[in-house]
Amino acid sequence: MIEVGDLSVRFGRTEAVKSVSFGVARGESFGVVGESGSGKSTVLRALSGLNPHWTGRMAIDGQALAPQRSREFHRRVQMVFQDPYGSLHPRQTVDRLLSEPLQVHGMDNPERRILRGLNEVALPATVRFRYPHQLSGGQRQRVAIARALMAEPQVLLLDEPTSALDVSVQAEVLNLLMDLQQARGLTYILVSHNLAVVAHLCGRVGVMQAGEMVELLSADDLRAGRTQHPHTASLRELSIELEEPETT
Amino acid sequence: MLVEIRNLRIQFPTATGLSEAVRNVSLTLGQEKLGIVGESGSGKSLTARSILRLLPANAVLTADKLSFDDIDILSADENALRRIRGARAGLILQDPKYSLNPVMTAGAQIAEAWRAHRGGGRRLAEQAAIDLLAQVQIRDPKHVAGAYPHELSGGMGQRVMIAMMLAPDPELLIADEPTSALDATVQAEILRLIEDLVSRRGMGLILISHDLPLVSHFCDRVAVMYAGRVVEELAAAELLRARHPYTRGLLDCLPTLSHRQARLAVMQRDPSWLET
Repeated sequence: MIEVGDLSVRFGRTEAVKSVSFGVARGESFGVVGESGSGKSTVLRALSGLNPHWTGRMAIDGQALAPQRSREFHRRVQMVFQDPYGSLHPRQTVDRLLSEPLQVHGMDNPERRILRGLNEVALPATVRFRYPHQLSGGQRQRVAIARALMAEPQVLLLDEPTSALDVSVQAEVLNLLMDLQQARGLTYILVSHNLAVVAHLCGRVGVMQAGEMVELLSADDLRAGRTQHPHTASLRELSIELEEPETT
Repeated sequence: MLVEIRNLRIQFPTATGLSEAVRNVSLTLGQEKLGIVGESGSGKSLTARSILRLLPANAVLTADKLSFDDIDILSADENALRRIRGARAGLILQDPKYSLNPVMTAGAQIAEAWRAHRGGGRRLAEQAAIDLLAQVQIRDPKHVAGAYPHELSGGMGQRVMIAMMLAPDPELLIADEPTSALDATVQAEILRLIEDLVSRRGMGLILISHDLPLVSHFCDRVAVMYAGRVVEELAAAELLRARHPYTRGLLDCLPTLSHRQARLAVMQRDPSWLET
């Protein structure tokens, strides 16, 4: 479904992403982990068309991607960002936020689609005419997911979708993402610095360090500690150490 | 006792009357590390900030007792509070991007804090700033002192915030989600640094976070807040023996690397948690 080969991204003299390659099958979830500045979000932004200054090969469904993307591309590939407060227009109601992608892509029956969209992310219909600031953080992220799904995409690019949320809300959103994937056969690429979140949602994981993808492994291998690269091992060790409560 | 809070209530006026953000919270803190854990809106930040009386202007604050080192915070005037805020009790906030002045170098901001609290000449303060940057384990303190906030990474920015807070040598440190904007590796480094400074200088620490397991690694005691109340208070080492269903829920809903879960447990909120 998604093929990335030798992808490099430069910002001036810094090489933020250095010939990264990976592939994601249809209906699969692929995770990208790494520290801040490792280039993981840059990969996602290049893929989504937000950053046209890249070299290498990227293809979705066998079609090679050019720096400039078509409307059809944006219907098929949608993105969800970390902070729903920053990604939802503060002066647009949920109704307006959800109808915009429908207008852009000329889709029929907006009324039914909006109601179904809200229902799909388990939001009550009463939310429809509220503004983002009247919603909780978890509700806002659900709206962002509903908006991404409006155009009926095949691929969702998720950039730290739960790291601004409380842990109890994070669990609800992760369950929702799993359900949606099963119901719609979506393909996910999830970027996060939280190894536990990535291993929970994704079957395969790419580990990035200083712009390079230093290791590709299955989530099961990551859990079991069958790692090849020392950076993967140290990320895993820290994650396990901090997630277990201190005991005596 | 460094801090004593008895029956703290914080209310906000709304169109339909007063809404209670903090209800009957009692906490004491000596020379120890206390974690306050809860989700957004649980009142954890308001509780900690009430010690400095740094609350929104429309907040209604009442308590049977609210004292810092036997100084009554409720009746203290602004002059008395100024001698506590920053000077004897330091505050570190979540995101250095918003707390640092973008048009001053890191060194100048630390030097300013030093001179505001300790006086002294400019040259002395500049040297002190470099010393403080070295104390927060910055490898090249001279270089960082001359850098502007946008030239620093998130972790480095938070170290600068900590250095600034250390300038007056406070007795209490309130860290309000100091690492939520940072990734896991840097988060651990910053929390270890805070823990180390607090132990070496014999400070009291209040660490506010929504991450219960994380807090348990760096604190002696943990108070769990839900809807404005402390629902459970326990030793950090006894976290796994927590009784309150909310505390259990916070632990259970976390994804883990150690084993695979088909679905994550979702918190079932019981209305009775709001009562007792």
